[in-house]
Amino acid sequence: MRVTVRLFARLRDITGSAELGRDIAPGATIGSVWQQLVADFPELASYERSISTAVNADYARMDQPVRDGDEVAFLPPVSGG
Amino acid sequence: MVPLLAIGPAPLALEPLVAEVSRRAELPGSDGAVATFLGLVRNHNAGRSVRYLEYEAYEPLARKSFERIAAEVTARWPGVRLALHHRVGHLEIGEASVAIAAASAHRADAFAACRYTIERVKQIAPIWKREFFEGGDVWIEGATADPDDSRAREVAERAACA
Repeated sequence: MRVTVRLFARLRDITGSAELGRDIAPGATIGSVWQQLVADFPELASYERSISTAVNADYARMDQPVRDGDEVAFLPPVSGG
Repeated sequence: MVPLLAIGPAPLALEPLVAEVSRRAELPGSDGAVATFLGLVRNHNAGRSVRYLEYEAYEPLARKSFERIAAEVTARWPGVRLALHHRVGHLEIGEASVAIAAASAHRADAFAACRYTIERVKQIAPIWKREFFEGGDVWIEGATADPDDSRAREVAERAACA
């Protein structure tokens, strides 16, 4: 299975990519996709407790399962307005 | 026709938002107030001299967040009509980053809905500003966005009704 990971603001700067393809195992959750990213980009680890996540442009929780073709977004603390 | 909720790179103006929320009055002439808010790029922040800002957003989710905020406003202040536009991209000092208009039969509801909306935008809209200041740049990071956090919603409501 494969998902598209979207990264914004400083998370994008850390990884150097706004969008990454990731192969995932069956039963993967948003959290396991995040852990896979942190393994590749250890600097992301400091965001573990402050990020929000979304699947297919809807807010979601870390324990939500992901499916083939999903767009998984990781969002640092927001600063609109 | 102007959409009530929008995010994009175009410069913002209040007049079209005021016209649109007014046009949608249930009965012509029944509004007693339109409250508006314009958020501007300030030339100083946290002791730094700001040169300009760059805004980015996860636009599909930002639009849904705006819809959620509008639904919260309508549930809390029935009869209020809300317009909310946010800008993305490069913004110079003095330019508007966000424009809000709330129309109501009574001024208290219009003011409250307007204030509540900007507080909720800051809490849950997936939008980020990067500040370019004299000597460097920094991503501003505020609230962890969680639309279901009822405490955050209460904070916004208290600010709105203070």
